[in-house]
Amino acid sequence: MAAAPGHPQDDDTAAGDGTFRVMPPVIAPGHTFESVTEKISGIVLTKRTRLGWFFGFAIGFGFLMLMNITIGKLLFTGIGVFGNNNPVGWAFPMINFVWWIGIAQAGTLMSAILLLFRQQWRTSINRFAEAMTLCAVACAAMLLLLHTGRPWLAAYWLLPYPNSMGLWPQFRSPLIWDVFAVSTYFTVSLLFWFTGLVPDLATLRDRTQSQAGKVMYGILSLGWRGSARHWHRYEMAYLLLAGVSTPLVLSVCSVVSFNFAVSVVPGWHSTIFPPFFVAGAIYSGFAMVMTLAIPLRKFFGLEDFITMRHIHNMTKIMLVTGMIVVYGYVNEVFFAWYSANLYEGYMVSNRMGGPYSGFYWSLIAINACMIQLFWFRRVRNNVGLLFVLSLLVNVGMWLERFIIIVANLHRDFLPSSWDIFQPTRLDVALFAGTIGLFLSLFFLFIRFLPALAIFEMRTIVPEAKLQPEQHG
Amino acid sequence: MAHDETPSVLHGLMAEFETPTALVAAAERARLEGYRDMDAYSPMPIEELREALGFPRTRLPRIVLGGGILGGLAGYGLQYWSQVVEYPLNIGGRPFHSWPHFIPVTFETTVLGAALGAFVGMWALNKLPMPYHPVFNVPAFARASTDRFFLCIETTDPRFDRHTTSQFLESLDPLGVSEVAP
Repeated sequence: MAAAPGHPQDDDTAAGDGTFRVMPPVIAPGHTFESVTEKISGIVLTKRTRLGWFFGFAIGFGFLMLMNITIGKLLFTGIGVFGNNNPVGWAFPMINFVWWIGIAQAGTLMSAILLLFRQQWRTSINRFAEAMTLCAVACAAMLLLLHTGRPWLAAYWLLPYPNSMGLWPQFRSPLIWDVFAVSTYFTVSLLFWFTGLVPDLATLRDRTQSQAGKVMYGILSLGWRGSARHWHRYEMAYLLLAGVSTPLVLSVCSVVSFNFAVSVVPGWHSTIFPPFFVAGAIYSGFAMVMTLAIPLRKFFGLEDFITMRHIHNMTKIMLVTGMIVVYGYVNEVFFAWYSANLYEGYMVSNRMGGPYSGFYWSLIAINACMIQLFWFRRVRNNVGLLFVLSLLVNVGMWLERFIIIVANLHRDFLPSSWDIFQPTRLDVALFAGTIGLFLSLFFLFIRFLPALAIFEMRTIVPEAKLQPEQHG
Repeated sequence: MAHDETPSVLHGLMAEFETPTALVAAAERARLEGYRDMDAYSPMPIEELREALGFPRTRLPRIVLGGGILGGLAGYGLQYWSQVVEYPLNIGGRPFHSWPHFIPVTFETTVLGAALGAFVGMWALNKLPMPYHPVFNVPAFARASTDRFFLCIETTDPRFDRHTTSQFLESLDPLGVSEVAP
């Protein structure tokens, strides 16, 4: 089993200071039910909020306010505030939508797919990865709504409800599939996340000293009392939710890619898009989990729970999925040549040598070359460097979406309609605003809810293992 | 809620244990003793408890299957009805009932139905949310969500007797036995 700690062939590094000859354990030795509970619930139940938290939240909240202003301007003026032009009908809002929805995937991958594969190391990171999913889908959904410019009209374009005009959405369009995929994904992720939270909320209810906390956590924990019959159904529900989330998470990015692949635009009309988007999503999602996990474990002293084992495994997943993405890039170039299609061929040469070639080569430099560093143990052991690299991966994946959308659209079949896309200040402000929304939600989450799944952590401490009967 | 005199009506008797092993062993002993109306409480799931307590497997999977089938039928039905019956549109000459286009949305609604089935079904079968339950009257029970394990034999059990059941629980070597006020 992959989770057996200290298995000799598991890896890693020649011994020495802070490095490992064998794979580090998923939880540091010496922890008990009590210590795990105390440590994780203590982060939430402490009366004193750390200054650093206020600092981080203030930055996020500031950008969130910027987003509000941008939305006001957008709704008042219309989508002319964006830099979109005639060939480039989809630009920043769509780039950022795809970027956020991709980031979201990692949380579900961790909570669902790794659960089905019985990867014990997921236990300590799945909760905040799921929260990251929800925050990221919220950002994506905002962009999906706002890029229409008139969200109140979008209601009857997108949602099937009996309206007074007798209109129904057009279900042969991938845009409608996308609405169903994203809203289902958000709903199911929320149910999954809340279900996972309930036993931990009961712990907080029993441990909190404040009256407000008792009431709030009391209501949210639904009267959970840890009954064996409840746990039995709970475990079954959790497993089934994981089972249905697994195809769901793979479907979401596939459906997002259909938005492109079903069209006839060169560079979009490609059968490789669904798996290519899924791999890219997992790759960027794990980069974001890493970006969040590294400061989180440092700031709250969670090194015992988010160990080097987690960091190593996440790096390896990024390496694998990153290489699948690179395979996608190679494939695009190959088929542009092999198809002998004039427009496909021009699409590739325009990417490599056109006005946006700088973006293309930066994305190759990050996603194809830089990630090769992850092969080296010394890099995987260097947490500070990994933080920087994970940020760069996020940048690289954003560039990929920029290239897919803008570089493919700006020179279409008719040279007379070619144009150059430039983002406006509001494009950038809306993007920064979604980052603010993400940060604000995430900071609230780590202050008021347990960032790590306490009850699942209890199952991996040594005490939890049933001892063979002493006397009989 | 420390009552001085013991209440005349009880929910049951509750024994407290320190380890999951002790709880599973105690549950097993109680079942062999003939007790049926009992429940165990633990801060994390313990798979072995189901067999030790002898309760049947949950029927939740059937609810989830039903939810998924309903969701799928509803999704396909919505598309068929709106695209063929209510609002037929010619989209690139495709037939009104162009079923391959209906697959993605049908898939999503199937997943949604199954997930709602799992979520609503699990909480409904567990009869939660429940604002009040007698076990919370035991002061020691506050640690049931941290690091203590409890076995509660309820008064509804035909073999329940305040005196003998209490003696039986004491014989299981618990940290303590307390009466649970209703």
